[in-house]
Amino acid sequence: MAIEVRIPTILRSFTGGAKSVEGSGATIEELIADLDSRHSGLRDRLVDEQGLRRFVNVYLNDEDVRFLGGLTAPVSDGDTVTVLPAVAGGAR
Amino acid sequence: MLTISRALLDQIIAHARADHPDEACGVIAGPAGSDLPERFIAMTNAERSPTFYRFDSLEQLAVWREMDDRDEEPVVIYHSHTATEAYPSRTDISYASEPAAHYLLVSTREPDETEVRSYRIVDGAVTEEEVLITDGGEE
Repeated sequence: MAIEVRIPTILRSFTGGAKSVEGSGATIEELIADLDSRHSGLRDRLVDEQGLRRFVNVYLNDEDVRFLGGLTAPVSDGDTVTVLPAVAGGAR
Repeated sequence: MLTISRALLDQIIAHARADHPDEACGVIAGPAGSDLPERFIAMTNAERSPTFYRFDSLEQLAVWREMDDRDEEPVVIYHSHTATEAYPSRTDISYASEPAAHYLLVSTREPDETEVRSYRIVDGAVTEEEVLITDGGEE
């Protein structure tokens, strides 16, 4: 089962420069674990003890996975997952 | 050094003034690898806050995909500080995630004078750079 995962510039050091990689799993959590088995360290940049890191956006097709249950969101063959670092900041 | 047209800079300042006292934010896209900001894209500050900004996540996905399709990249990422100087805060530095972008800060704390400064933020290190304003339009 193949799910395309699009990797942002800042995380391509984990994928040997690749803009997109393939992975498998039944949920976002399993997919990230699968990716980490080949791209060690990637999981740590996406997930912490609380779940998805607050300033990382993960999208399943056209939806933010936060609206789909976060790490437990189901994924299937043919889906596209996009990772984008949130653009954020501020005076404080 | 950041080279940017007066027309684009005016659009950024107008956006920052319109959203004051909340922080305004957005992107100037340009052809990938060109380092030339060309296309003004005002973004929604999902936080609607005077001290914090965050691009709306779905809007960001749409804009990033559009840039990808057009072979563009975010050349400038701008936001305003509405009560402090135009210098990156600790928050700005810790969330900066586009090492190739110029981080443009606009301060609207003075009603009749807008401070504009530009920075590179790479791996937590801030380097201020010169801003060269050209007379050309945005096209």
